[in-house]
Amino acid sequence: MFDDANIIAGLEIGTAKICVVVGEQTADGAPNIIGIGQARSRGVRKGEIINHEQVEEDLRAALAEAEAMADVEIRSVYLGVSGSHIGGFNNRGMHTIVSADREITEDDVQDVTKNAKAIRLPAENTIIHAVRQHFFVDGHGDVQSPVGMVGSKLEVEMHIVHGHQNRLQNAIRLVRGTQLEVDEIVFNGIASALALLSNEQKELGALVIDLGGGTTEFVVYSGGAIRHAGVLAVAGDHVSNDLAFGLKVPLSRAEKLKLEHGSALVTEAAKKQTINTTNDLGLVLNSINAGQLQRIMSLRLEEIFQLIADDLERVGLTDYLRAGVFLCGGSARVPGLVPLAENIFQMRVMLGQAGTISGLTAALDQPEFATAIGLVKYGSLKKRQRRARPTMFKETISSGTEIFKDVFGKLLNRS
Amino acid sequence: METENQNLILETSPADGRLAVKIFGVGNAGIELLSTLATPEFADAEFAVINTEAASLATSAAPVKIHLENKLLRGLGSGGDPDRSGALAEEQFATLKSTCAGADVVFIVAGLGGGAGSGISPVLARAAREAGALVLAFVSQPFECEGNRREAQAQTALAQLKANADSVICLPNQKIFKLIDENTSVLDTFRVTGGFLIEGVRGVWQMLTRPGLIQVHFADLCNLLRDRHAESTFAFVETAGPARSREAVEKILAHPLFDDGRALTESDAILVNLTAGNDLTMSEVSRVMEQIKRQCVRAQIIMGAAMSADFKNRLCVTVIAAKQTGAPPAPASQVAPRTETITGTSPAPAARRNAPLDNNPRKKTTIKKPVQAQLPFTIVSKGRFDKSEPTLHHGEDLDVPTFIRRGIALN
Repeated sequence: MFDDANIIAGLEIGTAKICVVVGEQTADGAPNIIGIGQARSRGVRKGEIINHEQVEEDLRAALAEAEAMADVEIRSVYLGVSGSHIGGFNNRGMHTIVSADREITEDDVQDVTKNAKAIRLPAENTIIHAVRQHFFVDGHGDVQSPVGMVGSKLEVEMHIVHGHQNRLQNAIRLVRGTQLEVDEIVFNGIASALALLSNEQKELGALVIDLGGGTTEFVVYSGGAIRHAGVLAVAGDHVSNDLAFGLKVPLSRAEKLKLEHGSALVTEAAKKQTINTTNDLGLVLNSINAGQLQRIMSLRLEEIFQLIADDLERVGLTDYLRAGVFLCGGSARVPGLVPLAENIFQMRVMLGQAGTISGLTAALDQPEFATAIGLVKYGSLKKRQRRARPTMFKETISSGTEIFKDVFGKLLNRS
Repeated sequence: METENQNLILETSPADGRLAVKIFGVGNAGIELLSTLATPEFADAEFAVINTEAASLATSAAPVKIHLENKLLRGLGSGGDPDRSGALAEEQFATLKSTCAGADVVFIVAGLGGGAGSGISPVLARAAREAGALVLAFVSQPFECEGNRREAQAQTALAQLKANADSVICLPNQKIFKLIDENTSVLDTFRVTGGFLIEGVRGVWQMLTRPGLIQVHFADLCNLLRDRHAESTFAFVETAGPARSREAVEKILAHPLFDDGRALTESDAILVNLTAGNDLTMSEVSRVMEQIKRQCVRAQIIMGAAMSADFKNRLCVTVIAAKQTGAPPAPASQVAPRTETITGTSPAPAARRNAPLDNNPRKKTTIKKPVQAQLPFTIVSKGRFDKSEPTLHHGEDLDVPTFIRRGIALN
C-alpha cells in the first residue's frame, strides 16, 4: 500500500460516465496516474444530478474499480462540477497604499484581492474559483507579484467562476454520503484545461472546449491566466436526441448510430450510403440515409462551436488564441470534429492530449478522461503548494488559482 | 405627386427649424384623450378634433373642430356604425385635407371599435397623407368584454388604418388587464389605457421637439416609417435613482405590451427615445441601447436622447417597435363611401365587415406569424430533455434540434 498522504483522487460525475482517476504524488512533486475507474452514469442530465440513488450506485462502482486498479483506498476526492448555472466573469479590485514609504506589502495584496472578490452575485450563488490574472501598480499593468514594489494604487484583475450554491451542494452531499471527503470542488473546464495545456500554451493563449455528454465547458487562457470560462448545457446527449427525433428511431438506437456512423462533417460517401436498422430478430426496421444522419449531427455540433465563438467574440478574446483551440471530452471523438471547428474558429484546432502528466498511457490518450486527470493535477498542485507554503504568491496554480477558502469551507460545512 | 410632396417637406422643414405637428382627436375617446394632452408641453402643436356628435365637440378646447353632420344623423352621432361616419368623412374629404395642409406630422388619436373613431380615422389618415404629412395613428382597441361587434369593427378599422397611415401604434386594451389590479375602478382603467396612448404620443413628440443629446431628425423618422404601413407596439417606462438605466431595460423587456420581449424580436424597425435631465450619461444611453439591440438583431434602430431640466434624476424611455410587414397593401380604396347605410338599410353585419379583412394581404401576414413561431414548441418533443430545465440562450431553446430551429428540411 502507498502512503495515503500521497494519493490524490479526482472524481467527475458526468452526464455520460462517472469517472475516478487516482494519482500518486511522486517525490519531485509531479503526479503519476496509477488507476482509473469508470461507470456509466444514469442519474445525471446536463451535468446535474437528477437521481440521487442511481448516481450513488454508479459512483460506488467507479470507485471500487479505481481502488482495485490502483490498489489504494480512496479517502478523499477533488470533485469536478459543471452545469449551466456556472459562469465566469472578470472583476477588478482596487486598494490604495497608505503606508508612508508606499511599499506594497503582503497585506496590501490580501486587501486588494479581497476587494476584487467583493462582487454582487445573486444571493443563491457562490464563488467556486477566484483566479488572479495580474496586478496593476499605479495603472501600469502586467505585474505578476507586486510585493516590494513602490506605488500608491494597487489594482488586481481577477477571474471569478461562480455557481448556484444549492446545486453545487447536491454533488458535494452525494459524495460525502459515500463516506468520501471532498477536498475541493473544481470547475470541470478548468480541470480539463489543466490537463491539456502546458504553461507555454497558457501564455500564448488557448481555448479549451470540453465536449461532454450533457454539458460543454469552455475556458480561455491567455497571458498565463484564465480570461474567460463558461458552460453550455448542450453536448453529446443533444446530438443523440436530435438524431432520435430527426431519424425517428429510439434514443438508444440513435446513440448507437452516432457512435458507428457519426461524423461532424457530411462525407460524400455517406450521402449514398443507406443504413438498415434491424431488430433483435434481424428484421429490417427502417433504413436511414447516412448523409442525413451526419447532417443532423453536423448542424448541432456546428451550432455549439458557433455559440462559443460568438461568446468569445463578445468578450473580445478571439484574437488572443495564438496557441489554438484544444478539444477534449467524450464527444471530441466524433470524426471530422477538428476540421469543423477549424472552419468556425478559423485557427488551428487540436484534439487535446493530457501530456502534462505521467502515468498510464492508456488513460492519457483518451479525451474523455481529461477532466478527471486535470482534477488529479489540480490536487497535486494544491498539495505541493501547501507543503511549500506559506508565501501565498510564489507558486499558485497557473499564476494564481486560489480557492476561496472561507466560502468553500462554508459550502462543505453546510451539508 | 406624393413623392414630390415628401421631398418638399424634407427640404423645407429644417429650414424654418420647427416641425408643424397637428394632433387630431377623433371620436369621443380621441377628444377625451386630446384634452389631457393640452398641456404647456404641447404648446407648439396644433390641435384639432373631429366627431359626429356635437356634444362631445363642445367639451373640447381645441381650436379646430370639425363636426361631420348630415341631416340623416339627426344630430345623434353615428350610432356606433363606422360605415356611416366613414361615408361622412369621405364627403368632407376636401375639408379634412385642407385642415391637414402644411403639417409635417399628423398624429391621429382615436379609440377603435365605436362609430366615429373607426370610421373617420382611416379616411383622415388618407387625407393627411395626401396633404403630404407623415401620419402616425395612436389607437386603442376595445376590451374583449365590449363585445364581438366592436371587436370586429376595431379589427376592420385597424386594417384600413394600417393601409392608410404610415404607422399605426396600437394598444389592445385587453393587455392592460395585466397591468391593473383587481380593485381598479372602470374610470381608472380607462385613465390608464388612455395614459398609455398619451405616453406614446408624448414619446414621439419629445423625440421630435426636445433639444437632444442625440437628435432624431424628421428625415430619419420619415425614412423609418414612411410607407411602411406597419402596426407598432410601444412601451413607455419611467425610472429613477442610480440604477435607472438598468431598471428601465428590465421594465421594457418585461413590458406586457411587448409580450415578454417577443414584439422586439419580431420587429424590423425600432424607435427608442430616452428623456432625462442634464445628468444623463452616455454610458446609461449605451446600456439601454445595447440591451435593446441585443433583443432585436434584425431591426433598424433609430434612437434619440432628449434633455429636460425637470427630469432630474429620472429617466423615461419610449420604445416603439414596428412589426415587419410583407408587401405593401393596396392603398385606401377600401373606405369607399357607402351611402346605402346612411339611407337606413340595415347593415348585414359580420359578413361584410369581415370581407375587406380577408382580402387584405397584410392581415394574413400578421395572423400567420405567431402560428409559425408556436408550431415547433407544440409539436416538437424534446425527447430526453422534455422534463428537464430548458437550455435557453438568447431566447432560443437549444434543446430543440438545431435542424428544426433553422428550418432545414430533411428528405
